[in-house]
Amino acid sequence: MDKIVDREALVGELNQKFGNCAEIFEDNTNQSIKVMPEKLVDVMTELRDNPKYDFKVLVNLNSVDYPENFTVVYHLNSLTYLHKATVKVVLDKANPQVPSITSVWKAANVQEREAYDLMGIVFTGHPNLKRILLADDWVGHPLRKDYNLQA
Amino acid sequence: MQIFIDLANWLRAWILGMGISTTATELILTAVWTLVVILFVLINLIVLVWIERKSSAFMQQRRGPNRLGPAGFLQFPVDIVKVLGKEDITPAAADKFIYKIASTCAFVTAIVAIAVIPFGPGMVLENLNIGIFYFIAIGSTATLSLLMAGIASNNKYSFIGGMRTVAQMISYEIPMVFSLLGVVMLAGSLNLTDIVASQKNMWFIVPQCIAFIIYFISTVAETNRGPFDLAEGEQELVAGYFVEYGGIRWAIFMIAEYGNLVAVCAIATIMFLGGWNAPFGLTFLPPFLWFMLKVYCMIFLFMWVKWTYPRIRIDHLMHFGWKFLIPVSLANIVVTGIGIYVYRMITG
Amino acid sequence: MLKTQELTLNLGPHHPSTHGVFRCVLNLDGEYITKAVNHTGYLHRGLEKLAESRTYTQFIPYNGRLDYCSGMLNELTYVTAVEKLMGITEEIPERAEYIRVIMSEVQRLANHAIYFASMALDTAGATAWFYGFRDREKCLDLIEMASGQRMMPNYMRIGGVSDDLDENWFKLLKELVDYMPSAVDEYEGILTGNEIFQARTVGVGPVSKEMALDYGITGPNARASGIDTDLRRDEPYSVYDRFKFNVPVRKNGDSFDRVMIRIDEMRESIKIIEQAMKDVPEGPIMAKVPKVLKPPVGEVYHRIENAKGHLGFHLVSDGSTKPYRNHIYSPCFVNLGIFPEMAEGLHLMDAVVALASVDIVLGEVDR
Repeated sequence: MDKIVDREALVGELNQKFGNCAEIFEDNTNQSIKVMPEKLVDVMTELRDNPKYDFKVLVNLNSVDYPENFTVVYHLNSLTYLHKATVKVVLDKANPQVPSITSVWKAANVQEREAYDLMGIVFTGHPNLKRILLADDWVGHPLRKDYNLQA
Repeated sequence: MQIFIDLANWLRAWILGMGISTTATELILTAVWTLVVILFVLINLIVLVWIERKSSAFMQQRRGPNRLGPAGFLQFPVDIVKVLGKEDITPAAADKFIYKIASTCAFVTAIVAIAVIPFGPGMVLENLNIGIFYFIAIGSTATLSLLMAGIASNNKYSFIGGMRTVAQMISYEIPMVFSLLGVVMLAGSLNLTDIVASQKNMWFIVPQCIAFIIYFISTVAETNRGPFDLAEGEQELVAGYFVEYGGIRWAIFMIAEYGNLVAVCAIATIMFLGGWNAPFGLTFLPPFLWFMLKVYCMIFLFMWVKWTYPRIRIDHLMHFGWKFLIPVSLANIVVTGIGIYVYRMITG
Repeated sequence: MLKTQELTLNLGPHHPSTHGVFRCVLNLDGEYITKAVNHTGYLHRGLEKLAESRTYTQFIPYNGRLDYCSGMLNELTYVTAVEKLMGITEEIPERAEYIRVIMSEVQRLANHAIYFASMALDTAGATAWFYGFRDREKCLDLIEMASGQRMMPNYMRIGGVSDDLDENWFKLLKELVDYMPSAVDEYEGILTGNEIFQARTVGVGPVSKEMALDYGITGPNARASGIDTDLRRDEPYSVYDRFKFNVPVRKNGDSFDRVMIRIDEMRESIKIIEQAMKDVPEGPIMAKVPKVLKPPVGEVYHRIENAKGHLGFHLVSDGSTKPYRNHIYSPCFVNLGIFPEMAEGLHLMDAVVALASVDIVLGEVDR
């Protein structure tokens, strides 16, 4: 079964290093931590470069439109330890903005564009934040729950 | 054995018998034979396309055309009828005049090159004493028509295709000519009939086997066939210089391509494979048939190569042409020259 | 000096070598690429949005439309993700698990055969193309026999598989397994051993290990770059932990390695099928799952080793019969992200080869 990183230790270390920025996020997967958007790039760089965690791979980048907030979900994986972690960033419903992690993983480039395109989450600092799947003149972001399907 | 010559003589006698002057008779005869050669090229095309389709199908473990006529033999004539019915489209931004004449030019060069080829003893439209020189000269103008097509279409793909064609054909023209020079030195003549006659005892492929290989490689590039079909570049350039051409204009390009193929294979047969001379004294077939048999063997070799190898990259092609084929063909000329000199010294 | 100008070339969306409706805008200096920009989305059908208005079971057929060269694998990913979400992974009958493994390896063979074929075609080796398609059809025949469909099988079910396989099917599978090694040898003979092909691919579009990690390259492409990762071994799903197989890894990460890694993988797939078909147990093929699926509130991210990379599903459930969010992590989509950097400085002819060697299917890129 899935190997999960020791969340308590991870959160403790991150908080110590970057000031109160991370906390354990309770869900059914038992592998999520919640990170403040402001510190996201620092945290991600630390997770990638710290040999203790060694999350070299950004497995998946996803965005979910919950009734009360937008959540951007980053699934991370380590090739050496084969353990996993999920980083979640909870965003404001009215103005979803999160720093881009393109500088950490180039893999995030296309996936952030996709999340912007379909969910309307603005990744600040992204080098080329344009629609990637839909036409450039498309109105709205289809994966939002309030998107009018009748169009 | 000489049905075509007999036919010509009979025709000449018949026209003279109608009370027409000798000059006019010769003019009429030339016109008739020109028509016969063009028809021959076109009818030959049906056979060639059928062989190409069937042999490639055999290599690719499929059946190939098998619906029209016996074993799909009539597929190509029907295809021609189909393309004749297609709309003739000229791109709006094309250079219309050049776009329209380009395909015709390609066809003309392919047909005109056949004029000097002797299909049998005496069976030649024009027995030029500089036949091989004429063939090379006409062959190099084929480059021009492809460049015309490539640039006049006003399409980026065809533009790149046209440029590639020029680079490739000019580069491979040189080793091709050099490889033929050895044969010319051995035969001591530029006349194709004389060259065939001097191979009565030994085909020139034996003393000039390197030249034959060089000639074969460079003509594959000259005729734009695989693995050197960079001008078409199906994968990256879609269809290269004729990407905008459709219907009968495209078909004319294809006919020209096969016409060129027949011409270069006929030249290979004449220069290296002894022309219409029967091998091992097997003279039960008429010379014309022997000639065609050899041409078809050469053509099959072309097809075999095309359907086996992937396409080579253009810079590799250029390196191969300039850095390998040209030096080797030059060395071949030198060696041939020395050989002839030594031979003359010995035999006095 | 002559005044020169860069040529902007639109490669696609209708182009023989873009493997679908992918558009790439290239800046050409002569025939060398100075800049490449990807444009995707011509085949976007909004599958993720569609999933939100379908029940969990109703989404299974859509998976065949994702990567239409490996339908079985996509379906397996989806159903195992739902099973994980429902917590019934342990309840899947043995026989169904074995059939799933066999099916996914047959599908992988088919996918790699078509990869080989399209790679051959992109270097203009039309004959090798037919060799690949010949064997692909043999694999698809088996899939068709089991599911009724060649490319969109709709065979996997949440809790098992839809139809049982009989003796006759296994007999034909045996024939395929006996035949395939010789076919793979033929591939090496006709294409990868060819000098022209090697000249066209060796050193073309190299991807270093660091670059591959950075760009999130997964699957065979990552293994060609020297990353030793295979989910079948590292995070065994289904019953993959019972089979012995090697994970081929190569070093250079150029187009040639990316081709050869697939050839090696085909041999490994054959090995897995051979082991699996020997001890397929008798028994049911479906677990007892409720007619109406209502997974508990929560989320799951599950991925498996697809033929093209790690295909993943991120399912978020709100306890109803329909997923709240169904995100598809598409390996082709992310692998394609490396193309602009890979293409820079390449010859136009090489760019086509590099693109083909990455193995994209636009159905999955655009979803």
